[in-house]
Amino acid sequence: MKPPPFSYHDPSNVGEVISLLGSLENPKLLAGGQSLMPMLNMRYVMPDHVIDLNKVEGLSYIKEDGGTISIGGMTRQRDLEYSDVMKAKCPLMHDALLQVGHRQTRNRGTIGGSLSHLDPAAELPAVCAAHDAVVIVQGPNGEREIPFSEFPLGYMTPATEMDELLTGVKIPAWAEGHGYAFVEFSRRHGDFAITSAAALLEVGSDGGITRASLTVGGVGAAPVRMNDIEQALIGQSGDEERFRELCEACREIDALGDVYASSEYRQHLATVLSRRALVKAYDRATGKA
Amino acid sequence: MGETRKISLSVNGKTYEEEVEVRFTLADFLRQQLGLTGTHLGCEHGVCGACTILLNGRSARSCLMLAVQADGQEITTIEGIAPSEEEMHPLQEAFRDNHGLQCGFCTPGMLTTLIEFLGDNPDPTEQEVREAISGNLCRCTGYQGIVAAALDAAQRLREAKGV
Repeated sequence: MKPPPFSYHDPSNVGEVISLLGSLENPKLLAGGQSLMPMLNMRYVMPDHVIDLNKVEGLSYIKEDGGTISIGGMTRQRDLEYSDVMKAKCPLMHDALLQVGHRQTRNRGTIGGSLSHLDPAAELPAVCAAHDAVVIVQGPNGEREIPFSEFPLGYMTPATEMDELLTGVKIPAWAEGHGYAFVEFSRRHGDFAITSAAALLEVGSDGGITRASLTVGGVGAAPVRMNDIEQALIGQSGDEERFRELCEACREIDALGDVYASSEYRQHLATVLSRRALVKAYDRATGKA
Repeated sequence: MGETRKISLSVNGKTYEEEVEVRFTLADFLRQQLGLTGTHLGCEHGVCGACTILLNGRSARSCLMLAVQADGQEITTIEGIAPSEEEMHPLQEAFRDNHGLQCGFCTPGMLTTLIEFLGDNPDPTEQEVREAISGNLCRCTGYQGIVAAALDAAQRLREAKGV
């Protein structure tokens, strides 16, 4: 038996979760458990109370309303992977999910857990950054919305307050037929990426890019949107050499270095993967892939 | 003993009512409390896949779940996949015939993972099989035999269904 001793709570609604968060000392929320359970087993975290969200009603859903997809915080990665709505409206997430862990972990892992854990190399935060998603949190004073650009406060630190629960996320869909690609480099399939790149492109009938989003994961403390590259892409055709030149800017990202990969190596991967993501997204937008 | 809870769950079709310590992982519960030691524990932090079980038919790592979370759920372990005492599951037969196990430590996790996978994808390519078992580490590095067994099992299961 590896986890440290704790008290276990399994509330059935969001209100109970919030009052538990407000009244308990040193609590930890348990969503899908694919990050928290290893941390408990290794005793990286020693909470006095574990609040299990798996019996909380109404937190698992995928809804589409106009141009926005709403996803409940406890929606399993597997359900997102197999969702026709996600495949049709947010294919970038489907592309990314196939690279999230393994079938056994996607069956349990949740989008809310992934966003709250906020590993810099995790795929779902990068997708949310790419899509300008809005995170919905609920606390004692009701609900508030946090644009994803303001959600990571730093390394593995979400903007959720201690007495707040991430209840869902809203993802604005891009125009039908848009190009998308999520590419990553990892040592083995299913590992956290050393570096990843997510691209979204809308292309006009003349072949010129009309809208672009490019996000690099695993390099900075949180996913990084490459705003300058995005602006420079407008009006460009799908010329790979031009993409290559533009993506050189990824070498300027303030990069993490660790025992697995140096900061220079991550910056290099970011330039290569960004280019590949743009090429793939452009080809998809123009029906070539 | 710390805080405990009473849980009721089905394991391999049999209902158990048990008092469990809340910090017990499902894997420890299955092995130590129910004596079902077919579920193996390698890394105990979600990397090796040896402890994979089926939770309501879907594969999950039992070291990354608390036993209390299995309350009211249906669990299938390696002990529960064969149709009877005398007969093996087609996947077990294919593993035997293709030298899909050497030391056998990873086998329970390989089989439970592949049962779900082949249910979702009855006619996989070799690459798809390799990806499906990428979350299961074989310490003998006997992947070639495991992949061959999985492809063979897929064919046997398709033939059994008359496809």
